[in-house]
Amino acid sequence: MDKEYVGFATLPNQLHRKSVKKGFDFTLMVAGESGLGKSTLIDSLFLTDLYKDRTLLDAQARIPQTLVIERRAVELEEGGVRVKLTVVDTPGFGDAVDNADCWGSIVDYIDQQFEQFFRDESGLNRKNITDGRVHCCLYFLSPFGHGLRPLDVAFLRAVQHKVNIVPVIGRADALTPREVGAMKEKIRQELEENAISIYQFPDCDSDEDEEFKAQDAELKRSIPFAVVGSNDIVRETKEKAFRGRTYPWGAVEVENPAHCDFLKLRTMLVRTHMHDLKEVTQEIHYENYRAQCIQSLSRVGARDRASRMKLSRQSATELPLLPLETEKLIREKDEELRRMQEMLQKMQAQMQQSQGEQSAAL
Amino acid sequence: MEGELVQPAPEETPRDANPANVGLELFGYVGIEAVLDQMRIKTMKTGFEFNLMVVGQSGLGKSTMVNTLFKSKVSRKPTGPGYEERIPKTVQLQSITHVIEEKGVKMKLTVTDTPGFGDQINNENCWDPIIKYINEQYEKYLREEILISRKRKIPDTRVHSCVYFVPPTGHWLRPLDLEFMRRLSKIVNMVPVIAKADTLTLEERAEFKKRIQKDLKAHGISVYPQEDFDDNSDDRILNNKIRDKMPFAVVGADKEHQVNGKRILGRKTKWGIIEVENPAHCEFPLLRDLLIRSHLQDLKDITHNVHYESYRMQRLNESNRLALSPINGLLGKDEVESDL
Repeated sequence: MDKEYVGFATLPNQLHRKSVKKGFDFTLMVAGESGLGKSTLIDSLFLTDLYKDRTLLDAQARIPQTLVIERRAVELEEGGVRVKLTVVDTPGFGDAVDNADCWGSIVDYIDQQFEQFFRDESGLNRKNITDGRVHCCLYFLSPFGHGLRPLDVAFLRAVQHKVNIVPVIGRADALTPREVGAMKEKIRQELEENAISIYQFPDCDSDEDEEFKAQDAELKRSIPFAVVGSNDIVRETKEKAFRGRTYPWGAVEVENPAHCDFLKLRTMLVRTHMHDLKEVTQEIHYENYRAQCIQSLSRVGARDRASRMKLSRQSATELPLLPLETEKLIREKDEELRRMQEMLQKMQAQMQQSQGEQSAAL
Repeated sequence: MEGELVQPAPEETPRDANPANVGLELFGYVGIEAVLDQMRIKTMKTGFEFNLMVVGQSGLGKSTMVNTLFKSKVSRKPTGPGYEERIPKTVQLQSITHVIEEKGVKMKLTVTDTPGFGDQINNENCWDPIIKYINEQYEKYLREEILISRKRKIPDTRVHSCVYFVPPTGHWLRPLDLEFMRRLSKIVNMVPVIAKADTLTLEERAEFKKRIQKDLKAHGISVYPQEDFDDNSDDRILNNKIRDKMPFAVVGADKEHQVNGKRILGRKTKWGIIEVENPAHCEFPLLRDLLIRSHLQDLKDITHNVHYESYRMQRLNESNRLALSPINGLLGKDEVESDL
């Protein structure tokens, strides 16, 4: 028997097999003003036709401009791996004359998903939790401005600590290469100025090969990605067919890295960082939400200390917000506090005694 | 000499003015048509005035478009990549005047830009400063006009045409676009254009235009050339052709590139060069022809005969209601007295 080989090096494979069986959930949110190519890009990214049957309404039929949240789900399968992709769309964002707080419902939606997960996680039966939390928010910036607009800044500030933000420049075929560079520079600068934290790519391990490191650095330098989307196939010659957009002066190839950053975005979103996006959502954004939630609950609990006993008997039916587990936690903490206070009092009493003895002795 | 006609004074009724004799055939060359030459010489000496206003969100290429239209750096926007541009918190109105000359004809061109329009989170009433400006120009002209001794040539600062830049979303007109155009098409000649149209394919452009035309009709917005002011059937045919193609999908550029051995104004991308003056690429030539080559005088005439007149009527009606006492807001007593 080979003493040195234990065999746990197969763990990643076991994990891999398990995940393949279980499948992945991924929720992607797209936000931005209408007309920036959001729907086309989603269809291009995942080679689906989630938006194929969408008809654009005319002036009469249009619903008054309030923001609605739309969810579209699709099951994708490739190489035996199943991904349940949910796309959360936000039509109506920034469309009205007065857009003050038009992002309110988006923030509420994200919080609701967190709350749902929080409850599920703290509940009794945790077997079939569905993760509806938003793992990534693709925010579309307009290529026509000179950087971030006031609406962009307001929205990004509101969601930066709740979701992974990946800013992209939509309709990038409106820009010449020099304009793209200038725009990206300006946006990066303004993101810094406004202290907006977007999703940061994790740094490569130092033992990765050079090619991977170079690719990773290139990816980081290209934020925000300037994208063009299309699912139409252009046939320039019999041999040369590609997905793109045809104009009288030439054709834009969606998958050509010299034309736009579509490939980089797809690589990042799907091929290399999908898992990391989920992890960051779980470990940072969700934990932030959970900590805030519990803190606010415990503040409420401490204030109602006297009547809490009564409350808890009714709480199962009347206060759905306080799951029993959390109640227990709060009570335990309170017990601890009381015990500590008693100890403190005892110590103080002892000190006073010893002081009294000292002064008597003098 | 037969060819010499003295000043065509309207008081003198030539024998031909009798309606029964209209179209009387001249049995020799009288030389009436020389009047056109005289007018031409006169206008070349005095020059034209043209006032253009450009409105739209920042970054839609308004300044570049103006520079492309008049083939000169009319708009003082530096095009370097390091240029800092801050969005102003309220709509500003900035007018720049240049005198440009071509083939002996001088034109005093004033371009009014409106930075800050539609850029805020809450754009309610962002059109008010613009409406105020336009009415102020009408007011200025009105005051000059009702003076007892008027200037020979009243300086005309009235806005002859307002070019509105619609972002190329490809979907429909936004509420802001509709609100603005609805209000302003009543007081000024409104020419909407689809800005930065190089991001729409030809099919998308056609679809977008159809939707915009439907939207405009549904909201009762009449853009230039207005159907109500077609003088005769020839005009109507010509204008219908134009109306079919509006709003023009335009692309602006102020850099030249080498194409087939010629220097051409355009935008160079990795997948091709967009030639601004090529009608197969974009409709910039149509816009230029409309604004400058064919309808410039018509724009001025409609501004003077229609928009200005309705403003004047409104003001005079208002002041008649405050009739007996010195008319407030119209004639200052001092103005009247100083001219006596």
